[in-house]
Amino acid sequence: MIRVRNLVREFGKIRAVDNICFAVEHGERFAFLGPNGAGKTTTLKMLTTLLAPTSGSILIDGVDVQRDPRAVRRKLGIVFQDPSLDSDLNAYENMEIQGVLYDVPRAVCASRIERLLKLFDLWDRRRQLTKTFSGGMRRRLEIARALLHTPRVLFLDEPTLGLDPQSRRLLWHCVKVMNESERVTVFLTTHYMDEAEQNADRVAIIDQGVIVALGRPGELMEQTQTSSLETAFLQLTGAHTRDPRVDSAQHMLDFARAWDARSGRAR
Amino acid sequence: MRTVYAFWLRELKRYVRTPAQIIGGLGQPLLLFAALGLGLGPIFAQSGRGSYLQFLAPGVISMSVLFHAAFAGLALVWDRQVGFLKVALASPAPRSYIVLGRLLGGATSAVLQGMLVLLACLLAGFRPISLLSTGLALVTLQLVGTVACAIGTAIGSRLESTQSFTAIMNFFLTPMFFLSGALFPLEGLPKVLHVIAWANPFSYGVDGLRETLTGTAHFGVFGDLGVLALFAVVFVWASTWVFARIQA
Repeated sequence: MIRVRNLVREFGKIRAVDNICFAVEHGERFAFLGPNGAGKTTTLKMLTTLLAPTSGSILIDGVDVQRDPRAVRRKLGIVFQDPSLDSDLNAYENMEIQGVLYDVPRAVCASRIERLLKLFDLWDRRRQLTKTFSGGMRRRLEIARALLHTPRVLFLDEPTLGLDPQSRRLLWHCVKVMNESERVTVFLTTHYMDEAEQNADRVAIIDQGVIVALGRPGELMEQTQTSSLETAFLQLTGAHTRDPRVDSAQHMLDFARAWDARSGRAR
Repeated sequence: MRTVYAFWLRELKRYVRTPAQIIGGLGQPLLLFAALGLGLGPIFAQSGRGSYLQFLAPGVISMSVLFHAAFAGLALVWDRQVGFLKVALASPAPRSYIVLGRLLGGATSAVLQGMLVLLACLLAGFRPISLLSTGLALVTLQLVGTVACAIGTAIGSRLESTQSFTAIMNFFLTPMFFLSGALFPLEGLPKVLHVIAWANPFSYGVDGLRETLTGTAHFGVFGDLGVLALFAVVFVWASTWVFARIQA
């Protein structure tokens, strides 16, 4: 479903993503893990057509992301890390506008909205403005919204950040239901290793722009002779924290990113 | 087409759901209408130009449309802050449709606001020559709203936060309003002011509305509409161009 070959993204002289290759199969749940600043978000942005690679190629469902970004966008359901609901609209209207943006036929749209809102336990609140929603409800609505147009791949960027255990459980349950019933491929990032262990078929760990491990959670634990994915992760990426370095290299990186954003090289 | 309609409707929903803004937006135009209209009315009448309230009403109505629409355009910054903009930009929907829907919706909600100001002016003693011309007045206001919303959108596409709103208002909107003939007749002005008013798209909106409502005009209503339509095309194109280049 996703084929990434020799993917590179440079910001000035710094390589945020350094020649990575991986593939995600149809219907698979794939976790993309890494410490802060490892290149996760940059990779995700390239996969979701929001940032152009420096070199390398990405195929999603057989379509080249750079050659036909609009065709690729139709195939993607994206849940961003930061909140992204329209707070002036209610839950149902948020779904409707997504239907418009992805050109879902009206008749299909209504029945699908009902099915998804019921699954995500939001149907009774559909007429409520989303600004009155709790964090967990907002997240669920964002995921339901991303699934409206029956995407081929669902991207979840740290979907459970800041949620209580109940919400997290319900959220993963719903994702699993949709993954199994519609065979939607799930590509997720998270910092909670237990969630990746429980919810992903395979895991890739990226560090400093390079993929350092790729396999089933069990395989990675075996490889590193550890008993949990968390300790395996720490062993593979080192135990020291990755606070942004306040040195000239970091300034260069920040400057390069800002410069790049300004010159509009991304899309 | 469905995208344009959906975003147009979204703007209207946002408008009717913020009654505080609707009422608050009436304040400034009505204050000007009352203070200037009553305060300067006698002087205006003495100079042989008739009722200042009659002259001023189209000016303050257009003003409310100008400000409301410009801020509807600037509200793009708000969409960016709540994250919804990202969703729209990452979708396959063409950005030009999204912009167009927003612009038309921003303009329509501004026209509704303008109608409220008109209503208030009627209550305060303003008398339009005929109600037949109201249709043409609406067209004029929709054009004013579209131009203003496009300017707001173009600026909003480049902003990261709402902090610079006041600066923009002082640098763009207030001069546009004051140097347009909304408050004073354009006849017999110093050359400089006349040239500025001539280049100011808002002048044509005020003038067009004044002719449709009171029958007096400086440029002539069809000239006004033509020039406004031209400005609208240019600014809509410009704002679409800027919007298409936003980073998600």
